[in-house]
Amino acid sequence: MAEVKKYEEPRIGVFVCHCGTNIAGSINIKAVQEYAKTLPNVIIADDYQYMCSTPGQNKIAEAIKEQKLTGIVVAACSPRLHEPTFRNATKEGGLNPFRFEMANIREQNSWVHMHQPEEATAKAKDAVRIAVAKASLLEDLIPKSVPVEKTAMVVGAGVGGMQAALDLASAGIKTYLVEKEPTIGGKMSQLDKTFPTLDCSQCILTPKMVDVYRHEGIELLTYTEVEAVEGYIGNFDVTLRKKARGVLTPDEATARGIIGGGCTGCGDCTDVCPVIKPNPFELGMAPRKAIYIYHPQVSPLIYTVDFDACVKCGLCVEACGEERKAIDLDAKDELMNVKVGTVVLALGYDIFPIEKKFEWGYKHYDNVITSLEFERLICASGPTGGHLIRPSDGETPKRIAFVLCAGSRDNTGVGKPYCSRFCCMYSLKHAHQIIEKIPGAIPYIFYMDIRSFGKMYEEFYYRIQDEGAKFIRGRVANILEDPVTKNLHVNAEDTLLGRPIDMEVDLVVLAAAVQPSADTEKTRRLFGVSCSQDGWLLEAHPKLNPCGTTTAGVYLAGVCQGPKDIPDTVAQAEGAASAASIPIHRGEVELEPYFAVCMEDKCAGCGLCVNLCPYQALSLIEKDGRTVMHVTEAKCKGCGTCGGFCPGGAIWMQHFATPQIVAQIDAFLLGGEQ
Amino acid sequence: MADENWKPKIIAIICNWCSYAGADLAGGARIQYPPDIRAVRVMCTGRVDPLFILKAFQDGADGVLVSGCHFGDCHYLEGNYKAAKRMFLLKSVLKNIGLDDKRLRMTFVSASEGAKWGHVMEDVVRTITELGPSPLKELAR
Repeated sequence: MAEVKKYEEPRIGVFVCHCGTNIAGSINIKAVQEYAKTLPNVIIADDYQYMCSTPGQNKIAEAIKEQKLTGIVVAACSPRLHEPTFRNATKEGGLNPFRFEMANIREQNSWVHMHQPEEATAKAKDAVRIAVAKASLLEDLIPKSVPVEKTAMVVGAGVGGMQAALDLASAGIKTYLVEKEPTIGGKMSQLDKTFPTLDCSQCILTPKMVDVYRHEGIELLTYTEVEAVEGYIGNFDVTLRKKARGVLTPDEATARGIIGGGCTGCGDCTDVCPVIKPNPFELGMAPRKAIYIYHPQVSPLIYTVDFDACVKCGLCVEACGEERKAIDLDAKDELMNVKVGTVVLALGYDIFPIEKKFEWGYKHYDNVITSLEFERLICASGPTGGHLIRPSDGETPKRIAFVLCAGSRDNTGVGKPYCSRFCCMYSLKHAHQIIEKIPGAIPYIFYMDIRSFGKMYEEFYYRIQDEGAKFIRGRVANILEDPVTKNLHVNAEDTLLGRPIDMEVDLVVLAAAVQPSADTEKTRRLFGVSCSQDGWLLEAHPKLNPCGTTTAGVYLAGVCQGPKDIPDTVAQAEGAASAASIPIHRGEVELEPYFAVCMEDKCAGCGLCVNLCPYQALSLIEKDGRTVMHVTEAKCKGCGTCGGFCPGGAIWMQHFATPQIVAQIDAFLLGGEQ
Repeated sequence: MADENWKPKIIAIICNWCSYAGADLAGGARIQYPPDIRAVRVMCTGRVDPLFILKAFQDGADGVLVSGCHFGDCHYLEGNYKAAKRMFLLKSVLKNIGLDDKRLRMTFVSASEGAKWGHVMEDVVRTITELGPSPLKELAR
């Protein structure tokens, strides 16, 4: 590999795809095909309706055999869509799959120049010429197989992450489930009921939490964050930060020689703790101590010390006693390393800070609350024991306004442009709950459109209508408070009646938009996953690969990929777990062989490339009395940063080698119809 | 001044993970833009050897666009930073040989920014059209 490559006489086959009318609608296929025949090295140029179909692929394989082709060019869609397809067809014909090059004449041509057929055809000819130039210089490459670590990691232990971890572990894969909070359960554990079945959220979630905790294939790491990630599919090396919890689990206690010790979850410590803080699980509507659990059903049932609040008085240590000795107020964060083959990200969501929509007065008026606060107030295990009250005076509200699309579908620049997808349905559920719980109460639902898209959702919508909820189609312009009664005046336009409304209500519930959770940005960067403009993690393909990412071996589950309700989250989690288990069960993965290769006769051993490599894949070695660069293939990811800077041109980037790229540049600018 | 029918020849070297995906997304969304740019795909803008760009200008390119991921979003951690540094260097080289450095452009378009790709295409074509044919065109013949 070290010397300059030698090529046999290239024999190239060009295949132009119509893609129905997607390409043929604006590009003259015959003209491109005839033009391709005039290009150097081109032996055969053909066309077909759908090159990606079986007959289309067969054309490629047959042409390779009949014409003894050495390179294939398909002018069709994006290589990001069908490069693997045509590589397989090339392989089918008996040629090395890397002797294939694609000319993108759909996404970057026919679709973006729909009304300029002449220019589009000329651009397609150029694209074919550029691709033929590269195909003439392509070489055989062998993908490298690497073994896959037989373990997986799931980041985030909401309902999606728990499901993914359960599936992976049940498939026989040891799974690390990492959760930044002290307990698993996520947002779903804060909900009261779930739509449209009205199942109690806790009743269906807590058994799952217990399953996760007890599953021998799952190593549960709560109060832990991802600190650093190295490696690639099959061999991720993840550094985790176990935040100082201040309380030992029974296992940890045993490891320290305190036999029979550790936290039993009795709560003696929290009874004596003198520090009172708002409980974030109850959204600040209930207190917790500096040593706390979020709620009685937490899993694992281990207390946690909030070291930001703790005054280290030691009362809890005393209460815990000498036998259990579970509390260690000098605990420090610990770092741990785990090696995993694949990763599922289930990072969840946060509620959009709806106070930014100041016209609705959240945080300014006592009786304007968010839907999640409503969930806690209506929940039997919530701070009011399930009695919905007005925060201003503790009275039971009778007239309750629900404001939908609060911050969603908002193009003012303050809110979010997207639909948060589950607010319509939970607001319908809320309406049902108050009709059921408060005699004479009337819910008023201010909506733009009711999106009841799922199975039995539309039926649920009709049911709530029949139960007496009032629906007013119109976006709420503003909300004003009566300073004496603390009642609220909701001003909106009823767009069905075409008249303005000023409605006095006792309580307003804002169905606030959702946004990516606070840690999403940091975590996605650690794993090299892209995000959309709104910050949601980007799937590899919106339709054909909704669980995968562009980083091989990293998969997505749940709302972190985009707003979705519980059934969709669980379904995607199962999909992600299945996808993540495939490389592990196969035992090895093939890496694209785009490695750097040192052409040792040209290498001067200057070492500039060694510092440029972000993966420490390059080093200098002594060989035959000279210093030359050496590539560790397992570490090289093929970015080509070294090859872009080598002063001597001594680095051969496989599949993107300098002669190949220069040939493309020359073919465009010097070849063709000048 | 160039004749009215003159169209610029512009080459875009774009990274597989962000800008190429963004350009594909523009296609999916049927965003229409001027058809004067031809793309060469590389895995990362870090791969872009300054010599590729000089070769393109030597061959008579009227403009060169290099487009990669946003800073901090590089699929290979930091290739786009290194590419950006090289572009600054190259711009001063271009000025020294008498080429307007606006003929070389680096942009950052993510995989979700189809609309932005359309804007970039329009803007690059407009800029290069205003500058007219490259004075190095004769050299290429």
